[in-house]
Amino acid sequence: MTFDPYASSRETTEGTIYSVTGGDWDDVVTEIGSTKEEHVVVNMGPQHPSTHGVLRLILELEGETVNEARCGIGYLHTGIEKNAEYRNWTQGVTFVTRMDYLSPFFNETAYCLAVEKLLGITDQVPARASVIRVMMMELNRISSHLVALATGGMELGALSAMIFGFRERELVLDIFELVTGLRMNSAYVRPGGVAQDIPEGATEKIRETVSQLRKNLKDTEKLLVGNSIWLARTDGVGYLDLAGCTALGITGPILRSTGLPWDLRKTQPYCGYETYEFDVVTAQSCDVYGRFLIRIYEMGQSLRIVEQCVERLDSPEYQGPVMVEDKKIGWPAQLSLGSDGLGNSLEHIREIMGTSMESLIHHFKLVTEGFRVPAGQAYAAVESPRGELGAQLISDGGTKPYRVHFRDPSFNNLQATAAMCEGSQIADVIAAVASIDPVMGGVDR
Amino acid sequence: MTQQGMFGAPGSGDTSGYGGLVHSNATPGSSSRPFGSYFDDVVDSLERAYPAFSDAIEKIVIDRGELTIHIRASRLQEVAKILRDEASLRFEMCLGVSGAHYPAETGRELHAIFPLLSLTHNRRIRLEVSIPDANPHLPSVVSIWAGNNWHERETFDMFGIIFDGHPGLTRILMPDDWAGHPQRKDYALGGIPVEYKGATVPPPSERRAYR
Repeated sequence: MTFDPYASSRETTEGTIYSVTGGDWDDVVTEIGSTKEEHVVVNMGPQHPSTHGVLRLILELEGETVNEARCGIGYLHTGIEKNAEYRNWTQGVTFVTRMDYLSPFFNETAYCLAVEKLLGITDQVPARASVIRVMMMELNRISSHLVALATGGMELGALSAMIFGFRERELVLDIFELVTGLRMNSAYVRPGGVAQDIPEGATEKIRETVSQLRKNLKDTEKLLVGNSIWLARTDGVGYLDLAGCTALGITGPILRSTGLPWDLRKTQPYCGYETYEFDVVTAQSCDVYGRFLIRIYEMGQSLRIVEQCVERLDSPEYQGPVMVEDKKIGWPAQLSLGSDGLGNSLEHIREIMGTSMESLIHHFKLVTEGFRVPAGQAYAAVESPRGELGAQLISDGGTKPYRVHFRDPSFNNLQATAAMCEGSQIADVIAAVASIDPVMGGVDR
Repeated sequence: MTQQGMFGAPGSGDTSGYGGLVHSNATPGSSSRPFGSYFDDVVDSLERAYPAFSDAIEKIVIDRGELTIHIRASRLQEVAKILRDEASLRFEMCLGVSGAHYPAETGRELHAIFPLLSLTHNRRIRLEVSIPDANPHLPSVVSIWAGNNWHERETFDMFGIIFDGHPGLTRILMPDDWAGHPQRKDYALGGIPVEYKGATVPPPSERRAYR
């Protein structure tokens, strides 16, 4: 046997260990075929097209059966929680939006709800701001679910689902760009409200997009719901029942696929969700197919909510400010799009530089110093596309957070990998992980 | 918690006149009955079901509409088990654990915070445990809430809290050979000064800033 740098072997107390890191597949097969053992440890990822980001799966195989499945994470750790301790409360939004990058508006809203709880201004957040938050979150839920279906479909070989998913997501991102100026990482939701009102003509555009989406989302539905090839890959795969979910702290579509209609928007409403009409989608099958169906039909429910939001935004009773009245908290700058990009609106500059000394002082104090938050701790949770997203904040009374912790659903739910995959075929691991829909930015933070 | 100075870089000759200012921010203290909302019900049920209640519970804090039960570290597992199993409590989900480091609280520097959720009763409470930095051991609750596995690993990784009885307490986010626990207050943020148009911008932790 000649030495092969890609498929070396060494003797251990456990027997011969073959390490395969690449190279010619025929050589690898010949090498492994020379032993009777079929016991293989496969290191899948962190750079692998089917692991949904930089997730490393360590699979112990017996033939094609997975005996043990373990996750290795941390490849995308960015220290956001630590960094947020060195910026003021408003700047925190800019950090947390980058955690779970597929659902930025949920991160921002969870954070802001917790800050508002600490400040004791939850009731003072203007109704219009809450409607805008709900609308952005629901649009975000659609775009996030679309990516889940797109990448999940691609990983199982349904490339059309990928094309459809990303095509529809563009429509949603166009609205994000229209409203916030950015397609992702918008830092749009701020403590006390939102950064700015929606621009003129936005509701019309959103209406158009909603009806467009209603039409287009049917494509993915028609393509995959009841499709026998899709069913063969997903039906009965990645089973996790209610007892398993509660023990592992699993929330979101995985929990709802066990038939339990647990959705924080209904059970513990925030941002006025109790005033919207929508249904909680559940499935009974506890499997990948059930979770897939939930995502498909939740997008329809989100469109319903977005329609109600748009109606409210156009109605006279929801006109008004989008930031708390309290000048000691509300961000003073009114942004507008000028010929040189997004910046302070000319009117605002005119006011602080020309007419009102107090406005200038407030602007200066808030922008340089920020506001102080009374000491204490608060936990605020929202129903993100992946489950309960919780923000645990601690203040020491200063202008910066003392501690920011995010209970990210991806991080928690990824623990279910072993329960869903062990004992199944290696191909089912891909389907099971795709149905968890982990976003590594949120997992590693 | 106390703060010194309104702003300025620590250790520098701050000439603003605010440098000597000391002001304390009291965190909300112990609450007394009635607690309001469902909190009385939760505390009563726990007291009924748990004989060593008075020994295990250090204080009960109601703040901003949230109930926090401070528990002696040695009793954590017992309390956790009752909170999960007792029919009138039924906190069947633990939403993880997060740490907090208070270097000024001698003997109770490290805190572990457990948010609990009851699907049955649709309630939330929070458990808080304080332990000394010199002996940072805490019983693991993984045997009670299996989903706390990774959360405890993260809290160990970031704060150095050792969860006794955890099935495999290793680092999870930082590399295995990393030295130190990054989210502790005595662990510097790091960063390098950046030069911009001839001037130098210090790293965020060393900039002059409001507190």
